[in-house]
Amino acid sequence: MNEATNPNPSSEDYAVVIRDMHKWYGQFHVLKDINLLVTRGEKIVVCGPSGSGKSTMIRCINRLEEHQQGHIIVDGTELTNDLKNIEVVRREVGMVFQHFNLFPHLTVLENCTLAPIWVRKMPKLEAEGIAMQYLERVKIPDQANKYPGQLSGGQQQRVAIARSLCMKPRIMLFDEPTSALDPEMIKEVLDVMIELANEGMTMLCVTHEMGFAKTVADRVIFMDGGEIIEENNPAEFFENAQHERTKLFLSQILEH
Amino acid sequence: MSEAVTPQRNVVSRLWNDKETRSVIIQIIAIVLILGFFAYIIRNAMINLEAIGKGFSFKFLTQASSYDINQHFIEYNSRSSHFRAMLVGILNTILVAFCGIVLATILGFFLGVLRLSKNWLTSKLAYVYIEYVRNVPVLLHILLVYGLIVHSLPVPKQAWGLADTAFLTNRGLFSPKPLYEPLFWVVFALFVAAVIFSLWFRRYAQKVQDDTGYHYPVFWITVGAVIGLPGIAYFLLGSPITWEIPELKGFNYKGGMVIRPEFIALWIALSGYTAASIGEIVRSGIIAVNYGQTEAAAALGISRERTLNLVVIPQALRVIVPPLTSQYLNLTKNSSLAIAIGYMDIVATIGGISLNQTGREMECMSIVLILYLILSLLISAAMNWYNRSIKLVER
Repeated sequence: MNEATNPNPSSEDYAVVIRDMHKWYGQFHVLKDINLLVTRGEKIVVCGPSGSGKSTMIRCINRLEEHQQGHIIVDGTELTNDLKNIEVVRREVGMVFQHFNLFPHLTVLENCTLAPIWVRKMPKLEAEGIAMQYLERVKIPDQANKYPGQLSGGQQQRVAIARSLCMKPRIMLFDEPTSALDPEMIKEVLDVMIELANEGMTMLCVTHEMGFAKTVADRVIFMDGGEIIEENNPAEFFENAQHERTKLFLSQILEH
Repeated sequence: MSEAVTPQRNVVSRLWNDKETRSVIIQIIAIVLILGFFAYIIRNAMINLEAIGKGFSFKFLTQASSYDINQHFIEYNSRSSHFRAMLVGILNTILVAFCGIVLATILGFFLGVLRLSKNWLTSKLAYVYIEYVRNVPVLLHILLVYGLIVHSLPVPKQAWGLADTAFLTNRGLFSPKPLYEPLFWVVFALFVAAVIFSLWFRRYAQKVQDDTGYHYPVFWITVGAVIGLPGIAYFLLGSPITWEIPELKGFNYKGGMVIRPEFIALWIALSGYTAASIGEIVRSGIIAVNYGQTEAAAALGISRERTLNLVVIPQALRVIVPPLTSQYLNLTKNSSLAIAIGYMDIVATIGGISLNQTGREMECMSIVLILYLILSLLISAAMNWYNRSIKLVER
C-alpha cells in the first residue's frame, strides 16, 4: 500500500481517492480503514470471499452506500451529504450491476436514452444517436426496440453497459457483472469489458473472473473481513501472493 | 398404431374420454342445470306473487311518491313520481361514490407513502390509522362520524362561523352560494381556454424537449395558466360573482349552499375507510418495484423525484390499479349503508321508502340491483381501460 503512505496526494490527479474510510451497518464494521488511490485510466479488479465488503466498497464510490468516517474523493469531488456533489459524481461514474437492473417498462433504446435526456438534457434524436452508437459497440443494435424481458442475460448485461456508457462516464464500476450469467454468456460480456478497458476507461471491477483480471487489470486487490489484505499487479498477485488468506482464497477459486 | 392397442369401446365412452368433447359436454350440462335452476326459482316466485295478488309491474313508478328528499339535484317534491325519486337517489349515490373515490384515492396515496416513510413517527401513525380503520366495520365508522357531527358540532344559533360567510353546524355546512353575473362567463371561458392551452402545451414542451433538450417547467406554467389567467381576469372584470351569504333565520340558516351532515358523514367515513385499504395497496405496489431499479436510476444520476416519476410509479401502477378497481367498487357498494344515517341514496329512496309505500319489493329491489350493477360495470370499464393504457409491455 505504498500510495496510501503518501501523506497528501493531490486528489485532482486521481480518478478516485479513498482515505481512511470506515463503514458500519449498525454495530457491524463492514469496511475497516480502506485506503485506495486509482489513477486515471487504471483498471482495478477487486476480489475476495463473499461478505468481504468488496461490493460495499465500490458502491461507496457512487454513494449507493454511505461511509461514516474518512474521505472519498471522486474525480476531484468529495462525497459528503451534499446532494449536489452526489449528483455530480453519479453523472461521471457509470455502474453495472450483478442483476442488470434494466428498466423493464422501457425498450432497450429508451433505457439508454433516459438519463441523457433527463440528466444531460440532451435532445431526443441526439440521445438516440449516441445510444445506437453504444448499442453497436456492445453488438446488439438490432435489439434496440425490444424490451429487456425479451433478451438473454448476456444481452441484458451488455445493454446495461451501453446504458451506462451513454452518460459518457469517466469511471466505470462493475459489481460482479458476470455472476448472474450462464457460462456461455460470460464471454460476450467480458469481451465488451476488455474492449472498454483497451480504450482507456478507468475501471473498478468486482469479479471472480481471474482470466479477466490477468488480461486486463493493472492491479488486483484482495479483500477479506472488510479490509484490503493485499494489492499487487496481476502477475505477482497470482504467482506470488504474500498473505495466507490470499493464498487460501486463490487456491479455492483456481482449483476448478 | 394406437388403434391396434385400444380395445373396442362404445360411442359414449369414446366421446366422454376425448379431451375436447368432454369439456363441451360438461359445459352443456352446466348451462342446462343453471338455466333450469333459475327457471324454477323465477316460476315459483311468480306463482307465489300471483297467489297473494301481486303481479310484476312497474306501473307504480309513475305514481306520486308523497315523500320528501332533502338533497336533490333535480326538481323534486312530494308530488313527484317514484321514478323521479329514483333518479334523485341515483344522483345522490353517484355524488357520494364519486366524491368518495376522489378523496379515498388522495388519502390512500398519502397513507401508502407515509407508511413507507423513514420517519418512525410518521410511519407508525399511518400504521395505527390503517390498522384501526381496516379492522372496524364501515357501518360503525359511518355511525361514528355522523354521531360526532350531530352531537359535537354546535346548533345553528352557536354556529362556528368562518369569517361570517360560512357556518359549520350540526345541521350541515352552510356556505355562500355564488350568483353569476354575465361577465363571469368571460372568466369561465378563459379557464376552459387555459385548460385546452395546457393540454396543448404539454405536447409542445415534449416536442421542444425532444428537439432541443430544453425542459420547460410544465407543471408551473400549467398552474399559472389554469389558475392565474382566470384569476387576473376575475379581478380585472371587477369580481363578476356575488355571493349569497347564508343567514340565521329562526332556528336554522337560510340561503347560501348547504352540505348536509348525512353527506359529510358518509363521505368522510367511506373515504377514510377505503383509504386505509388503498394505502396498503399503494405501499405494496411501491415495494413490489425492485429496489435495484431505484439504485440503477440513482447510479445514472437521475434525481429522486424523477426516479419516482420515470421509473418507480410507472411500474408500481401496474400492481396498484387492478386491486384499486375493487376498492372503488367496494366504496360504491358500501355507499348503500347510507340508509343507516338517512342519506337518501338509491337504497333509501326507491329501495326504501318507495318500496314500503307501494309494497313492490321485487320490482324495487330489481331496480336497485340493476342500477348498482350498471354503476359498477361502468367503473370497471373505466378502470380496465386505464389499466390497459399503462399495462406492462415488457415482452
